[in-house]
Amino acid sequence: MSIFEYNGSALIAMVGKNCFAIASDRRLGVQLQTIATDFQRIYKVHDKLFLGLSGLATDAQTLYQRLVFKHKLYQLREERDMKPETFASLVSALLYEKRFGPYFCQPVIAGLGDEDKPFICTMDSIGAKELAKDFVVAGTASESLYGACESMFKPDMESEELFETVSQALLSSVDRDCLSGWGGHVYVVTPTEIRERILKGRMD
Amino acid sequence: MSKAVVDLPPKGGFSFDLCRRNDMLAKKGVNPPSYRKTGTTIVGLTFQDGVILGADTRATEGPIVCDKNCEKIHYMAPNIYCCGAGTGADTEAVTDMVSSQLQLHRYHTGRESRVVTALTLLKRHLFNYQGHVQAALVLGGVDVTGPHLHTIYPHGSTDTLPYATMGSGSLAAMAVFESKFREGLTRDEGIQLVAEAICSGIFNDLGSGSNVDICVITKGHKEYLRNHLLPNPRTYVSEKGYPFPKKTEVLLTKITPLKEKVDIVEAGDAMEE
Repeated sequence: MSIFEYNGSALIAMVGKNCFAIASDRRLGVQLQTIATDFQRIYKVHDKLFLGLSGLATDAQTLYQRLVFKHKLYQLREERDMKPETFASLVSALLYEKRFGPYFCQPVIAGLGDEDKPFICTMDSIGAKELAKDFVVAGTASESLYGACESMFKPDMESEELFETVSQALLSSVDRDCLSGWGGHVYVVTPTEIRERILKGRMD
Repeated sequence: MSKAVVDLPPKGGFSFDLCRRNDMLAKKGVNPPSYRKTGTTIVGLTFQDGVILGADTRATEGPIVCDKNCEKIHYMAPNIYCCGAGTGADTEAVTDMVSSQLQLHRYHTGRESRVVTALTLLKRHLFNYQGHVQAALVLGGVDVTGPHLHTIYPHGSTDTLPYATMGSGSLAAMAVFESKFREGLTRDEGIQLVAEAICSGIFNDLGSGSNVDICVITKGHKEYLRNHLLPNPRTYVSEKGYPFPKKTEVLLTKITPLKEKVDIVEAGDAMEE
């Protein structure tokens, strides 16, 4: 059994027209037993930057705490929020520091950069960045997610259509994975607002 | 005496604090995840005016392609580029680190970087970690002493060659080079040969795929041809897309409007004396 299959997770981030969506499932399990059905995997770093952490839940929480600490210090020193590209480099450096004894997490970073241009990025557990222009996926359901996103994605979708696409891709993929599911949590972020929605999915 | 763990600021380099926990998990049968590898075909050749580097663009995570268009030709200096194969995080980190060291060295000496400098910095780092930093590199550039092409293996050994290939597709690419390479190629012939070698890797090796990236370095000039060839376009793209007539069921919606940042007007009235 792989360490990633201990807790189970599914994460997607997708780029639309001047907006992005980041979505996760809500299950927290210990191998085959479900412990919680409202587990939060996506964290807001600042108004225009979201971080999703898949993999081992304890490492995800520790990594999130360390990153928030570093970001708060950055805000105090620079008197502004961190750009998504900079944050991605920070996460990558933090993960590579532990190259020979890594955190068992795969982060997904999504944000609006300069001139509100959407930015998404994922990494493996030792910090190898993958900057995609369309979508990124992570978690135990990643193989199904790759397939679903590859076929459902269209470039330049508006926020409502983007929400539909991300939700459908997420729900259909987690239905084929025992370790993730129990609903979905989707954030759609445009330059003017953040829409957080909780999806109804199969509870099995 | 109790062991006081002082929280020192990290001095840089690797940190091994989670190793014990990870070993304990491995003994309990929980295996570590597979890292993102760049299966890869990377090549380099020297031609009459300089060097040409080439690479494919597929990054894999186990058997799955996680990035169809990644960049494997890394910038080291304005006149030196490096292709990387092996574990993605290792090639990116090691090339970034040596690139920064070369920049500092340039500031210190006031001269253009030499390819052998980059070579020595890379091989010392890789040998230091005894092959655990899995980066196999093809380093090429043109400096005051002329054009140079080197290969660097994960354990720290290096070769200096007129043409070189690395990665899982290296045999396929080397077959093309061995039959068609000759001294004194022109720029176009060189690009054509490199593209052919990379294509041979893309089509015959399962770890390499997608597009061909090429970088041509000559004295005082470099040309990075990103996606020079795209021999693998998507074969079938649905025109209509996927309309979802039945909307996703939503249990709860929360809308947070983002605050408009107030613009501070700089030009105010001058203070009265």
